[in-house]
Amino acid sequence: MGASVGIHIEGLSKRYGEGDTAVDALKEVNMSVAPGEVVGLIGPSGSGKTTLLKCLGAVIEPTRGRMTLGGEVIYDNGWKISDLRVLRRDRIGFIFQAPYLIPFLDVTDNVALLPMLARRPNGEARARALELLTALDVAHRAKAQPSELSGGEQQRVSIARALANKPPVILADEPTAPLDSERALAVMRILNQMATQYQTAIIVVTHDEKIIPTFKRIYHIRDGRTVEEAGEGRALQ
Amino acid sequence: MISLAGRDILHSWGKFVLTGLGLGLLIGVTLTMAGVYRGMVDDAQVLLNNSGADLWVVQKDTQGPYAESSSIRDDVHRGLLGMPGVAQAANVTYLTMQVRKGNTDVRAMVVGFEPGQPGEPSYLVAGRRITRSHYEAVADVNTGFALGDRIRIRRHDYTVVGLTRRMVSSGGDPMVFIPLKDAQEAQFLKDNDAIVNERARTTANPALNRPGVPGLLDAINASQTSNHNVNAVLVRVKAGYAPEAVAQEIRRWKHLQAFTRAQMEEILIAKLIATAAKQIGMFLVILAIVSAAIVAFIIYTMTLGKIREIAVLKLIGTHNRTIAAMILQQALGLGLIGFVVGKIAATIWAPAFPKYVLLLPGDSARGFVIVMLVCVLASTLAIRAALRVDPATAIGG
Ligand SMILES: Nc1ncnc2c1ncn2[C@@H]1O[C@H](COP(=O)(O)OP(=O)(O)OP(=O)(O)O)[C@@H](O)[C@H]1O
Ligand SMILES: [Mg+2]
Repeated sequence: MGASVGIHIEGLSKRYGEGDTAVDALKEVNMSVAPGEVVGLIGPSGSGKTTLLKCLGAVIEPTRGRMTLGGEVIYDNGWKISDLRVLRRDRIGFIFQAPYLIPFLDVTDNVALLPMLARRPNGEARARALELLTALDVAHRAKAQPSELSGGEQQRVSIARALANKPPVILADEPTAPLDSERALAVMRILNQMATQYQTAIIVVTHDEKIIPTFKRIYHIRDGRTVEEAGEGRALQ
Repeated sequence: MISLAGRDILHSWGKFVLTGLGLGLLIGVTLTMAGVYRGMVDDAQVLLNNSGADLWVVQKDTQGPYAESSSIRDDVHRGLLGMPGVAQAANVTYLTMQVRKGNTDVRAMVVGFEPGQPGEPSYLVAGRRITRSHYEAVADVNTGFALGDRIRIRRHDYTVVGLTRRMVSSGGDPMVFIPLKDAQEAQFLKDNDAIVNERARTTANPALNRPGVPGLLDAINASQTSNHNVNAVLVRVKAGYAPEAVAQEIRRWKHLQAFTRAQMEEILIAKLIATAAKQIGMFLVILAIVSAAIVAFIIYTMTLGKIREIAVLKLIGTHNRTIAAMILQQALGLGLIGFVVGKIAATIWAPAFPKYVLLLPGDSARGFVIVMLVCVLASTLAIRAALRVDPATAIGG
């Protein structure tokens, strides 16, 4: 496991609240994902999956521990990055349970928005978007409105958006939950392809039995503690 | 960077245009209310301009002839002509009444004037000036009379020989000009029954009907039926004399009130139409509040409808100020649509109003600034809601 690149978590803890009502959602979590790797994060309800994802996504602050992203320490008992918004924009891709595309932007601009937010010129941003849409096989819908796309197409556009700023890590929150097994496997195939093609570390939070066999490595989380195990790593064609 | 606000407006343009239309009609009403006030002020000024006077001489202790009733003897003007600085002095009467027009009547201000003197209608759009000393009239086009029409005022018919435009009283009633003698009669002369009645009373009064004083009763009767009153004397001041100085002399020596142009304006605008102006001011305030409430409500609900998208935008690194700017621009866009619609609507419907509606470009500019300020204020509620959205909510539970 590359300790310096990809994503690296050591002894990460998160406590919600204080005193009697305090909840220790994460307890000394360790985790490492290398560039180009897709790992699963699996656990029962209330085990801390979302909490871990939010810590990684820099939208809530952990209580203790250390996180490294693409070789840089971003958290070490406190944020080491002054602007978390820029961190999220440039170095973390998000994929949600639903596509959550911006309804008033067309497909291209939904993807191009991220490079644009990072102050890239519109032309360059759109070219990047088109490249990703082509890679994800939705380039023919580039000018369509999100509401005119099928569910599968929307999810692919949202994957393109997550990749738009070439982040070293992508966090996927139950990306296949609303999809049937064929579509769910298609999404996993795409994520694996993208991980390899763009050398991205991808963490997929899931309950989804259909896709669990596709992971080569899985982190089980229970009561805020992670256990690493090898997955089946079933080939996706 | 693309304009998020612009894209959102294009995406939901139907909602935007409909809201803008509704808001626009409201803004149109607001602009019209301001125009009504401006029209009233302008009417007052036109009234003063058209009288062609430098001084208005009226009954002592009154603010006549437009704001209060004033009655002075019609030989007063001769005395005034003899005063230093007075170039012209002419009797005028003003009487607001219903004049017959065929089977209906119109509200009009009947003005009695002497030809060639201040008070005469200065500009005719059709026809000619009054040349005969009786039973001819010049009417404002707003009365609806045409050349050759007959106007019935009290007991006599008058033929319309000329038409004027924008000659209205301070109340906005169009004017009808008739010769002074006729106007005095119309205003001061009693009807026949009243005269007979009055004569009987005088005859029955032993103090007035004295056997030893022949001719007394006749003299009294004659004096009672003659009408030697007018409402005001319009004075034109000689070049080189200050109107206020002449007015002071008149007040001092003639036991009359004399107003300068500035004082008349003060009376008409600050006093006569003050209540109407406050009334309109109230309307303007209420309309501004209602417009603000509409913009706030629409922008707020539109923002609430986008909470999920706003959380996603924040999560993927959109600046708070970009999101605030998006909402602000939408509010301003709504205001802009509303203002354009309102301005067009007001321009279209203003001429249809019975009283003069004067839409000043300055008022429109002020209105535009106020609309934009109202939109900024109205958007703060939505912006606060958007800024409170936690990006973590984009990542489910
Ligand atoms: N904002 C919060 N304040 C207090 N406690 C919280 C908060 N969010 C989560 N928790 C608690 O932290 C623990 C972990 O929650 P988390 O949402 O991470 O679970 P999860 O693994 O995502 O569960 P699920 O599969 O049901 O989504 C739970 O006991 C939860 O009640
Ligand atoms: Mg969860």
